[in-house]
Amino acid sequence: MSTRLANGGRLLNTDRPLNFTFNGKQMRGYAGDTLASALLANGQMMVGRSFKYHRPRGLVASGAEEPNGLVNLGSEGKFEPNARVTTTELFEGLKAESQNHWPSLEFDVGAINAKLSRFLPAGFYYKMFMYPQAAWKHVYEPIIRKSAGLGKAPQARDDDTYEHFYAFCDVLVIGGGVAGLTAARTAARAGAQVMLVEQTEHWGGRAPVDGGSIDGKPVDNFVEEILSELKSLDNVQLRTRTMGAGVYDHGYVTCYERLRDHAPDTPGPRHRLWRVRAAHVVTATGALERPLSFAGNDIPGVMLASAMRDYVVNYGVSTGDRTVVVTNNDNAYLTAISLKHAGLDVPAILDTRALPQDSELVAQARALGIRILMGHAISSVKGTKRVTGVAICSQAGEGAVLEEIPCDAVAMSGGWSPVVHLWSHCGGKLVWNAEKACFSPDVDNPPKGADGMGFVTTAGSASGVFALDDVLCDAHAAGDGVATTLDFKLPKGDSAPKATRREEAPLMPVWMMPQGASVKLREKAWLDYQNDVKVSDVRLAAQEGFVSVEHTKRYTTLGMATDQGKLSNINGLATLAGALDTDIPSVGTTTFRPPYHPIAMAAIGGEARGDVFQPIRRTPLHNWHEANGAEFEPVGQWRRPYAFKRAGESTHDAVMREVKNTREKLGLLDASTLGKLLVKGPDAGRFLDMLYTNMMSTLKPGKCRYGLMCSENGFLIDDGVVARIDEDTWLCHTTTGGADSIHAHMEEWLQTEWWDWKVHVANLTEQYAQVAVVGPNARTALENLGGMDVSREALGFMEWTDGTLGGFPVRVYRISFSGELSYEIAVEASHGQAFWDALMAVGADLGVMPYGTECLHILRAEKGFIMIGDETDGTVIPQDLGLHWALSKKKDDYLGKRAQARSHMADPNRWKLVGLETVDGSTLPDGAYAVGAGTNENGQRNMIGRVTSTYHSPTLDRGIAMGLVLHGPDRMGEVIDFPGTDGKTYQARIVDPVFYDKEGEKQNV
Amino acid sequence: MSDPVSALKNASDSTGIVQISEVGPAGMITLRGDLADKALIKAAVAAGGVNLPEQRRINTEGDRGMAWMSPDELLILCPYAEAKDRTADLAAAVAGQFALAVNVSDARVVFELKGPHARDVMAKLAPVDLHPSAFTPGMFRRTRLAQVAAALWMPQEDCFRIVCFRSVAQYVFDLLNVSAMPGSEVNYYG
Amino acid sequence: MLNIHCPNCGVTAEETEFHAHGEAHLTRFGPGASDDDFESYLFMRANPKGVHFERWRHQNGCGKWFHMARCTMTLEIFGTYSAQTTEPPQDILDRIRARRPDWNPHP
Repeated sequence: MSTRLANGGRLLNTDRPLNFTFNGKQMRGYAGDTLASALLANGQMMVGRSFKYHRPRGLVASGAEEPNGLVNLGSEGKFEPNARVTTTELFEGLKAESQNHWPSLEFDVGAINAKLSRFLPAGFYYKMFMYPQAAWKHVYEPIIRKSAGLGKAPQARDDDTYEHFYAFCDVLVIGGGVAGLTAARTAARAGAQVMLVEQTEHWGGRAPVDGGSIDGKPVDNFVEEILSELKSLDNVQLRTRTMGAGVYDHGYVTCYERLRDHAPDTPGPRHRLWRVRAAHVVTATGALERPLSFAGNDIPGVMLASAMRDYVVNYGVSTGDRTVVVTNNDNAYLTAISLKHAGLDVPAILDTRALPQDSELVAQARALGIRILMGHAISSVKGTKRVTGVAICSQAGEGAVLEEIPCDAVAMSGGWSPVVHLWSHCGGKLVWNAEKACFSPDVDNPPKGADGMGFVTTAGSASGVFALDDVLCDAHAAGDGVATTLDFKLPKGDSAPKATRREEAPLMPVWMMPQGASVKLREKAWLDYQNDVKVSDVRLAAQEGFVSVEHTKRYTTLGMATDQGKLSNINGLATLAGALDTDIPSVGTTTFRPPYHPIAMAAIGGEARGDVFQPIRRTPLHNWHEANGAEFEPVGQWRRPYAFKRAGESTHDAVMREVKNTREKLGLLDASTLGKLLVKGPDAGRFLDMLYTNMMSTLKPGKCRYGLMCSENGFLIDDGVVARIDEDTWLCHTTTGGADSIHAHMEEWLQTEWWDWKVHVANLTEQYAQVAVVGPNARTALENLGGMDVSREALGFMEWTDGTLGGFPVRVYRISFSGELSYEIAVEASHGQAFWDALMAVGADLGVMPYGTECLHILRAEKGFIMIGDETDGTVIPQDLGLHWALSKKKDDYLGKRAQARSHMADPNRWKLVGLETVDGSTLPDGAYAVGAGTNENGQRNMIGRVTSTYHSPTLDRGIAMGLVLHGPDRMGEVIDFPGTDGKTYQARIVDPVFYDKEGEKQNV
Repeated sequence: MSDPVSALKNASDSTGIVQISEVGPAGMITLRGDLADKALIKAAVAAGGVNLPEQRRINTEGDRGMAWMSPDELLILCPYAEAKDRTADLAAAVAGQFALAVNVSDARVVFELKGPHARDVMAKLAPVDLHPSAFTPGMFRRTRLAQVAAALWMPQEDCFRIVCFRSVAQYVFDLLNVSAMPGSEVNYYG
Repeated sequence: MLNIHCPNCGVTAEETEFHAHGEAHLTRFGPGASDDDFESYLFMRANPKGVHFERWRHQNGCGKWFHMARCTMTLEIFGTYSAQTTEPPQDILDRIRARRPDWNPHP
């Protein structure tokens, strides 16, 4: 049993007991516990079932590298799957549930998979589930979905909030162990702005657990001192619970601060994603211990030696009463010694090495009376849900059992690997360190920044130095070196802290235990606990021809779980190297990708959720629309009223009513979203002649002209009415979506091609509220407002003038997108609502009604006016739409002219715009395609056209449509077929696209 | 004629860690042209009531001021009621030159952010170094706030003014509120 | 994420303030140009592994366009310069040659 010890626990506050539940069971821990240590203290060794075989799994590690201890935390809006128990701080009322089992953790039906393990080898997804295809949907996927996978996706909306923070510093130090603290202090003393982040809530890392002394003091005291110095410095920022998540180009680093995971009921954001731009990054990310590959190394009770030490020293928790230590290095002896000091039994240390003489730690262990078996190894671990003993053998052999030692825990150590993730994220290279059997940062190939120079430096164990005095020297040198690079200077005489040196005997690389393990043993030796990948799987992959480590990873899924192979990576590729009979460096590593440890998607989203998920643009009349039944539609980021619904009305009814009313009486449209670009300067006319397909320089002041804009590709990109204001000023209206893009388009040509042309452009779109006053009563309404002459004589069609209406200074354009008598009136936005109110008031007796965008569409379609985005889709040229009249023949050049001369653009077989009338008066389905005779090379019916706009016209009481049809204008009167997705075929007659008031009488009154 | 109405009718909120308010309506004039031209500078100074700001800076005096927007653009600040006259004066002064003066008062909205946490709240939204040694009163920064373009400056310590487009006034107000929610202190700058 | 210096307003800011617009120093071909010239102007783009000249705009900033010389492989920025030029200025070329002695501008 694992349990709480009477003594120890340097991180615990035993005055503050905390209650929590695990699978509904009441448990108790203390402030300072992680969920992992608290579970162990309550005798809960088993924390989950494995991914594939549903094997019982216990804790292996004590930090972010833990592969097994994943739980569901909380419920409803606070539910979080796959929370790692080792990085979850205990709090009062915490509720955790284990994952991936049914019906219970103790008894799991899915464990049958383990018996079928020989049918579930590497690549089994590819091998087993190929055929028949139909089985995928009905059998394979549901079964795999049910039996595989880890936590459940949350169902409820997340209650929490998240945010970003942009920070800038000279030096960002990642990792608050003794190396990070030392590097930060050195850089800060030199004068750099330093930010230091630590992923846990504690400073000091694991050095205090491992003992020794620094500058003659216990490590804890050293940490306290250095911390108080750092806190006193104005140029240092310290953050705990903040993980360096990813290192990106040019010194950009994301750090992940967990503000309220440990206190979920306090107000404020749950996580904060720091977006840090650092001139230089120091990664003091430490090292991770490697497991050893022996049979049964996944049975609950088998744990990394360092983790077991952490639990004893930091939390006063024992993993077991009798622990066998198995190691290939000196470091694990520290665990044996700590266990002994805690009064626990260590029946044996199995050391794979044969040392010529005892090193310091070996001698210490021997002096404590621990039995040390050199050259020995584990043949297999006994037990199922819990270790009951180990069968030992010699490392050199094939696993013949020499002896069985009863025990309830195994502490293993395969050596240490520096955490090189952050170094590698942005391209830092690695070198193989044969002596320590690990990949270390290649200092000659660091990640490079904007200036082409390295911008990441490692410090301490992350550099591949593990002895405490080496760690401190390396960290001090890193801080000094970085400061010097940034032109700071360390005060004379500042030197690295001094630590006591412990002489250690060299490690012996061990990738298989015993080295000649039989197939049977290899099938029980786990590499990747989380994804259930064994030594035998990697060997099988190699046997099947996988030689690339990246391919093997994907085939076997090694290192692809949420721990991203923190424990399995090196062991896996060493196994692959062994199977391929090559060395480790030539196999290489897989790619390290951010984030270092999973981070919440919501933290990446930051504040962008709910009301501020994206910017919604509102016109000055938005609130009135909302209060008056508007149903909105998005047009880009704008929200425009689609229709104004009255009580008891359907949306369709409202639209029909609005159309009839506007044609017969008076309609008001909020046209504020239309782009308004002021173009001014001596070369403005010449410039607009290049941008529009028609001539704008010849437009007279006081007049308006409809214009088309094309891209250099020849395709239509925008249209609108241009008004000439004075000799050198034009006002260009764009589509709603086009205001910003056409403004940018204009600036692009002015700044990058015709930079000697004297033209200024100002985007005045939002300066004005613009109201279209439309219908037979429009003039009367304006006359009732009074203040200016809006008669046919004073303000003719396609003219504009400045004046006053109802006391409001206005600019009135006599233009029409509806075919009706129509005025578009611009008034300053701050007066927009008052002006609209005035119009509604004078219109009351004239039958005024507001109308929305759908009514606008029907009005324009009845007149055969095109709409950018409906009749055009980025592949349509003006010639396709019969707009030849708008293409100036007098101009040598305009944007798109050369492209429109290309052979494909001049092809007579391009589909052309026509009107379409259904034979039975029904409405054509939007986007329907017309089919012609014959089939294409794929056996599909030939298509000869498509619908671009289609509506029910209340004016004509029938369906009307426009479409692009092969040889359309030459086929007037012909009936063509449009098969619908509803199985019906719609028949429509090709007609002129102007359905209503062909002569344009109504708008000219 | 009606009284001018700013986008959010001077909405404010002080439930969070900073005070947020819309300050409007405000007069604003875009002036484009050759910023080295003496006649243009003279007209700008007359309209703004302050000296020509240096690159990326703003000079203010009460409601009046002038900000450097780009190598050929200034933003002149004045009381809303004066904006039209000032624009007309400017246009007259630079007539015949290659220059543009245009009233943009209604196209914009101004927010104020006040309190010891002001720098921290801004730093949640703008990718700008707001360290007191890097950003000081008198500087003028065009950037983005979350997903929209904006410009910001500090009239004094612990206070920001923000200009953005009128159509996104509600979005920006909401953004500022979310970023200033109770319990969201960063204590980085503040 | 790139950190970019705008030569127009002098701000150095993260990439999200900017927008990239493809290859720089193209020659426009209009009416009267051959199909080949027009095709190369409109569609054909250099895609070098290494030194590249690009058009950028300080979109969420001063709004101005500029050019950037950048290594597409290491993302090293050799410099940014005016958009109102048809070829990279000498100081940019010198900087590139200092950093990439083997650079061949016309491979």
